[in-house]
Amino acid sequence: MARMKFLCDAERCIECNACVTACKNEHEVPWGINRRRVVTLNDGRPGERSISMACMHCTDAPCAAVCPVDCFYQTADGVVLHSKDLCIGCGYCFYACPFGAPQYPQATNFGSRGKMDKCTFCAAGPEQDNTPEEYQKYGSNRLAEGKLPLCAEMCSTRALMAGDGDELADIYKERVVRRGYGSGAWGWSTAYRDRQGDSFRPGSPSIEQQT
Amino acid sequence: MLTKRRADAPARRSLSPALAGAGGGMDRRSFLRNSGLAAGGLAALGALPGTVARRAEAAAIQPGIETVTRKNICTHCSVGCTVIAEVQNGVWVQQEPGWESPISQGTHCAKGASVRELTHGSRRLRYPMKLVDGEWRRIGWDQAIEEIGNELLDIRQKSGPESVFWLGSAKFSNEGAYLYRKLAAFWGTNNVDHQARICHSTTVAGVANTWGYGAMTNSYNDIQNSKALMIVGGNPAEAHPVSMQHMLRGKERNRAPFIVVDPRFTRTAAHATEYVRIRPGTDIPFVWGMLWHIFENGWEDKEYIRQRVYGMDEVRAEVKKWTPEAVERVTGVPPDQVRRVAETMAKNKPSTMIWCMGITQHTTGTANVRALSIFQLAVGNIGVEGGGANIYRGHCNVQGATDFGLDVTSLPAYYGLAEGAWKHWARVWDVPYDYMISRFASKELMETKGIPTTRWFDGVLAKKEEIQQPDTLKAMIVFGHGGNTVTRMPDMLAGLERLRLLVVADPHPTTFASFAQRRNGTYLLPACTQFETDGSRTCSNRSMQWGEKVVEPIFESRDDYTIIYMLARKLGFANEMFKHITVEGIRPVPEDILREMNKGALAVGYTGQSPERLKLHMKYQANFDKISMRASSGPVAGDYYGLPWPCWGTPEMRHPGTAVLYDTSKHVMDGGSTFRARFGVERNGQTLLAEGSYSKGSELTDGYPEFTMAMLKKLGWDKDLLPEELAVIQAIGGDKIDDVSWQTDLSMGIVRVALKHGCVPHGNAKARAVAWNLPDPVPVHREPIYSPRPELVREFPAIEDKRDFRLPMLARSVQFQVTDRNIQRDFPMILTSGRLVEYEGGGEETRSNPWLAELQQDMFAEINTEDARRLGIENGKLVWVYGPENRSKARVMALVTDRVAAGVVFMPFHFSGVWQGQSLRGNYPEGTDPIVLGEAVNGVTTYGYDPVTAMQETKVTLCRVEPA
Repeated sequence: MARMKFLCDAERCIECNACVTACKNEHEVPWGINRRRVVTLNDGRPGERSISMACMHCTDAPCAAVCPVDCFYQTADGVVLHSKDLCIGCGYCFYACPFGAPQYPQATNFGSRGKMDKCTFCAAGPEQDNTPEEYQKYGSNRLAEGKLPLCAEMCSTRALMAGDGDELADIYKERVVRRGYGSGAWGWSTAYRDRQGDSFRPGSPSIEQQT
Repeated sequence: MLTKRRADAPARRSLSPALAGAGGGMDRRSFLRNSGLAAGGLAALGALPGTVARRAEAAAIQPGIETVTRKNICTHCSVGCTVIAEVQNGVWVQQEPGWESPISQGTHCAKGASVRELTHGSRRLRYPMKLVDGEWRRIGWDQAIEEIGNELLDIRQKSGPESVFWLGSAKFSNEGAYLYRKLAAFWGTNNVDHQARICHSTTVAGVANTWGYGAMTNSYNDIQNSKALMIVGGNPAEAHPVSMQHMLRGKERNRAPFIVVDPRFTRTAAHATEYVRIRPGTDIPFVWGMLWHIFENGWEDKEYIRQRVYGMDEVRAEVKKWTPEAVERVTGVPPDQVRRVAETMAKNKPSTMIWCMGITQHTTGTANVRALSIFQLAVGNIGVEGGGANIYRGHCNVQGATDFGLDVTSLPAYYGLAEGAWKHWARVWDVPYDYMISRFASKELMETKGIPTTRWFDGVLAKKEEIQQPDTLKAMIVFGHGGNTVTRMPDMLAGLERLRLLVVADPHPTTFASFAQRRNGTYLLPACTQFETDGSRTCSNRSMQWGEKVVEPIFESRDDYTIIYMLARKLGFANEMFKHITVEGIRPVPEDILREMNKGALAVGYTGQSPERLKLHMKYQANFDKISMRASSGPVAGDYYGLPWPCWGTPEMRHPGTAVLYDTSKHVMDGGSTFRARFGVERNGQTLLAEGSYSKGSELTDGYPEFTMAMLKKLGWDKDLLPEELAVIQAIGGDKIDDVSWQTDLSMGIVRVALKHGCVPHGNAKARAVAWNLPDPVPVHREPIYSPRPELVREFPAIEDKRDFRLPMLARSVQFQVTDRNIQRDFPMILTSGRLVEYEGGGEETRSNPWLAELQQDMFAEINTEDARRLGIENGKLVWVYGPENRSKARVMALVTDRVAAGVVFMPFHFSGVWQGQSLRGNYPEGTDPIVLGEAVNGVTTYGYDPVTAMQETKVTLCRVEPA
């Protein structure tokens, strides 16, 4: 079984925002909700780098650990999804998430934030696959059609990749070897560590140093 | 934890019958109503808690309804990314990656990934409208065309045909562009232009005057073969993001140095191996500074220059002046850096030179282009894979629209305006030459270049005696062109007010409709986008791609062909104009238009790209190699993708197209070619023809002039002509049969015979380092008109004033006044402008798209951190930017950043709808105002034009910034 992951190659990302609009287009995400966004470091200065960020679908997802109603679940492919029927909009997952992924439709001081929304790895939610009900709550379900997330499929420079983690790591390693430099697979050590301790645990050598 | 159950193989198109119809059907009208709500922006977000989409039916593919997949091309930049549309019930419901495209390979930028919204059209113009005493009224198409036509005919009678300005669009398909040029010709004026004037007219003039054709020599894909890349005055990471995949692959695979030369540390520069910060407007000293090192060290390609370049010695004399110290004094670039990048380019060959509007939009635009071209010639980089002058055009079809003559200086395919050109096209159109003369005020005006779009308002405001045509401009017909794209907007507004008739045909009302200056005599016609019609477009690399209609034109919009036909019919020449073009109802058939273009556009080699071949290429995209762009299998085997021009001869000759221009290492029937013999055969006792260099397999093993009947006879090759070809040639030539050339021979026999002998029809010449017909035959540095360095102005003055394009073209007198009046004291900062990734052109279309608008909600000015501290400007706060002409000003948000150097202010050019602090939102017809409005940078830009093409100066002027 594949273990789905995202990988953003900061040496390739040019902050073109294709991933952001592809996501909006695919799921008709409303104004104000950003399942994916591009973050730029050192903006306008030498060393400027951008990374495209969304839910990373962590191995041991902190959002799921803190959710008081246990609305999160992980698919056999490793995709972290949640049920909007169970979500109470408490916002704990937002505080727990290292990537700022959870989004809320309302920003009020009191009362409901509305149901949390986040990247689904284009795998939607618990409803029956590819039904209008599923689409209305979670957007489209590309994975069920054998397709990968549209953000990565449309990435202008192939900076953002989505798919089986082992394959992504191979592609990235090959790239780093070929070009001779890399600034790391952003977020991997945070998102994809496991209890046995794999090569991406904090403090482990970055992916390009291993190659 | 739950584990989600997945259906085994629930493909979208084969859902179980139980689900069929579950979501219910949906017709296009109710879809549009819903999407109109959905795109409303910020409103009513909490209305349906827990949902992503506000209406499930707004976009979801509905189960059980047939899904049709259609293939079109992105309508934004010139890269030409394939768009895959999934359509249900005539509604575009989903956008998929175009994996098979050799160019985009599935990818998009923010704009391309959002094009589906264009056919929702939440802010589109829905029906024809008319301004009555300052109020927008809905009218019908017939009334609109009737009233517009009557006004035009009245103006024609009172002022003559030259008083109408026909502004076309780089958003037209090739067929639309050609038809619009033809419309202007049949109306009787050369006052017909489009966006190329303001983006790459100087490139076209500069490179065509150097080696023959005005276009990118290689392709985006070919950059993967480069061993070094230099990008000067271009920011592809924002303007052409998908090109970056090829550039970054080149950089990574070849470990190619990636050099960015720009006043601004752009997002492209962030990925460079070397960034060169240059003072705006000093490109020629920088290039000559690099060549100084190349000549000094003998790094030039001497054999290449001997065989293929004319006049390099005159360049050497000019370059000698640009010592490292002189270069640093003018450009600000340190000597060791100039040497380093020059050596990098000379020693990592093939190296490619990439440029964009940072080079072209200058008073020295054509000279800038020529300098870069000469640099590439000196190191022998033209005509080789991985080398070349890779000029990134702006719009999706600006190359094609230029090629098909939306240009005040030429008929389609660069034939010019001389008698021979008119006679050629009259033959193609099958109308008598005398009929064409009769459409014009005079034969002289018929052969005189028109008023360019950069200066149309000067054509309105000028006194009758100042302008070299019978009367001033009274009417303007604008198709697909923003109103904020030209400099000097305060003057533009005065011209707008004075126009008797203004017609805007566009999916959006555009900036033209947002100004309150006009109260009557204004019509808005809803033209549809290229996703709602079909036709071909030419990307920057000269490949043609056929776009398939995705949905029917939405609301009451109509396609360009239909609107042009309706106008021609009303104006009384539809029968002549559409003599050989089938018109179905009121819609001319684009395939037929292309066939007519194929018949006449010999001079650029636009003859082999029949609609059938282009459609085959779209169908078999997957068969083309992703780097060489050549197909090795299937019915397109041997062809280059999109048959990049020149694609010689008839479609039946199956020329594969030319992927790399001027590449002598290939046979002409394999896409090989030579520099075009366009400028004679000899000058000052030196030959202008190539010496010892020829394309592979050529039977003529030296330079040769362009092919004519006389030349065929001399070679004895006229015997190869078929009788039917000879008959056509005789009919064209009459008693001067020797003069019939490859460009005018409609039988294409001369072309066929040349190819048969391995020769390139346009001859085999040297490229010109010296272009004696240009104002500066060898490019020289000239300070900008609004120079930030007044002490250099007398040493490097602007070009002398002259008259051209029917108007006075001032330069030096204005520059000296600016310096003498010490304008620089009150306006101490350099103002430059450029592009953002989310928006395009004037921006009305993209600022109306909620997915894009959300990403850039404010017009801003980038101000250096030092300057901001000194001026008391805070990041995110409002500032006034003042311009030195017309007391112009703009209120924008300050973005404090080191991206710009101290003393430089950068503003993006996509905004409008706010004027000097006042919102114009209420002036748009209801429901058509773009989501995001902002001040137009051209509200504060100033006078200054390139002497060859009347390109406007947008990249260097002066300004003052104060906290608002």
